Amino acid sequence: MTRLTRTALAAAGLAVFLAVWEALPRLGLLNETLVPPPSAIPAAFLREVRSGAWLAAVLSSLSHYLTGLAVGAGLGVGLGILSGMFRLFEDVTAWIVRLLRPIPGLAWVPFAIIWFGVEPAAAVFIIAIGVFWIVFFATQGAIRGVDRDMIEVAQAFGFRSAFARLVKILLPAATPGILVGVRTALGQAWMAVVAAEIFGVYGVGQRMMQASSLLASDIVLVYMLTMAGLYGLIDAGFVALQNWLLRWRA
Amino acid sequence: MTATVERGAAPVVGIRGLSLTYERGGSRTEVLRNLDLAVHPGEFVAIVGESGVGKSTLLRVIMNLASPSAGTVTIHAPPDDGRAGGGRPESALVFQDARLLPWRSVLDNVTFGLEWRGVSRAERRRRGEAMLALVGLSELAARWPHQLSGGQRQRVSLARALAVEPAVLLMDEPFSALDSFTREGLQDELLRIRAATGRTVLFVTHDIDEAVYLADRVVVLAGQPAGIAAEIRVDTAQPRRRADPVLSAFAHQLRLELSRRSSDL
Ligand SMILES: Nc1ncnc2c1ncn2[C@@H]1O[C@H](COP(=O)(O)OP(=O)(O)OP(=O)(O)O)[C@@H](O)[C@H]1O
Ligand SMILES: [Mg+2]
Repeated sequence: MTRLTRTALAAAGLAVFLAVWEALPRLGLLNETLVPPPSAIPAAFLREVRSGAWLAAVLSSLSHYLTGLAVGAGLGVGLGILSGMFRLFEDVTAWIVRLLRPIPGLAWVPFAIIWFGVEPAAAVFIIAIGVFWIVFFATQGAIRGVDRDMIEVAQAFGFRSAFARLVKILLPAATPGILVGVRTALGQAWMAVVAAEIFGVYGVGQRMMQASSLLASDIVLVYMLTMAGLYGLIDAGFVALQNWLLRWRA
Repeated sequence: MTATVERGAAPVVGIRGLSLTYERGGSRTEVLRNLDLAVHPGEFVAIVGESGVGKSTLLRVIMNLASPSAGTVTIHAPPDDGRAGGGRPESALVFQDARLLPWRSVLDNVTFGLEWRGVSRAERRRRGEAMLALVGLSELAARWPHQLSGGQRQRVSLARALAVEPAVLLMDEPFSALDSFTREGLQDELLRIRAATGRTVLFVTHDIDEAVYLADRVVVLAGQPAGIAAEIRVDTAQPRRRADPVLSAFAHQLRLELSRRSSDL
């Protein structure tokens, strides 16, 4: 099938989906407060933007998202490298990892609030934990999976220190695997953003909870679609970066 | 022309009483026993031997990628070669499978071994480009390794090894994975480069005709554990003709040595 027909089919599918969604509340089959029709969304969106609430909520959420992602992915890559490179580090941490890893990220919410209060730092903390494990295991696996033959090349040219091995061989060779982990984390982190903000930290999640308590379901939808849009943008940006970083691959 | 081999001078590679035993999970395999070998400045020495006899192991020991159980390996670099960059190894290896680093461009692969303090970026680049020109791949400097043919990859690997100006160039069956047409082309290229640079070469192969065509001296590695079983000086000046009956005679002699050694076991 050509690219064009596939795009056309995808567009048609979406159009049908929107039409059915529009029809159900209009025909009175569904309560309009519970399921607002898509045609109501642009107006709700404009209202939200004009009041300034939209931009403030989105900026706040984005700053939680990016900070949490940076902290969680940074720690995940750093500790993943240590654990992938040094048996000793891996052995010492083996049971700690087993103990902490199964704890769902959201189970940290109580501590986040106790330690940081209902503040941005609490949201960052929750997001960072959600991201950390994914990136940690991806990095550890990628580092450990580097072909020994490649490491031998570095040794053959005299690069024998652990640091040289890391910079010359391990990191570049492990980059594809690490990036896969980070990309998964990009989606995971949005989940954590909403969760963290639902507990009251200012941002998109909190704004949705406010709207829902007022039964302003169209506003809730505005933010749901906002998140879908932001995620799409960020993911597309990341894929572009990934393709550039991995341009050496066949 | 014939390469000048200084007999009197200290050998570039001096191997004395070398033994190596691999130990793995309680089982021990002695691969090399009491091996002596000297490679002199400017000499081209080929090592032939059956698969699994320990040829790669010997190169790994010379490269200090494996440590011997007994014996010594000394590499004697000419004192006046003015090489920049401390820590740089004195030998360089061309692997059987090229082993280019796929995330580096061709040029950056060639300059890999020059990334030492004291070698400036510009100097690295200049040297890398010179080496690429030497192996005839200047056009491909910006390509990625996956965009090269097998023969081109092996040339880049050769350029990478030559770039560090090693006292001895080690080659581990570098052409054995290539088709015979490419292989013969690269053999001639290697001879040309060797004549131009005067490098000392230690070349491992299981191809007797290749050994005889390239080397000044062919060493037979045989036995289990392996030692030097025979040695032949190929007293014919370069350039040689592949079809030269004199070479065939040397090859025949080597085949006899090899088969005698393997029937001894
Ligand atoms: N890391 C290792 N641990 C244990 N045994 C090894 C190891 N590496 C090689 N060997 C064994 O040592 C012997 C010599 O291996 P080596 O790779 O040096 O052979 P080779 O002469 O280079 O063979 P080929 O021509 O097939 O490349 C073989 O029997 C091999 O199985
Ligand atoms: Mg081998």
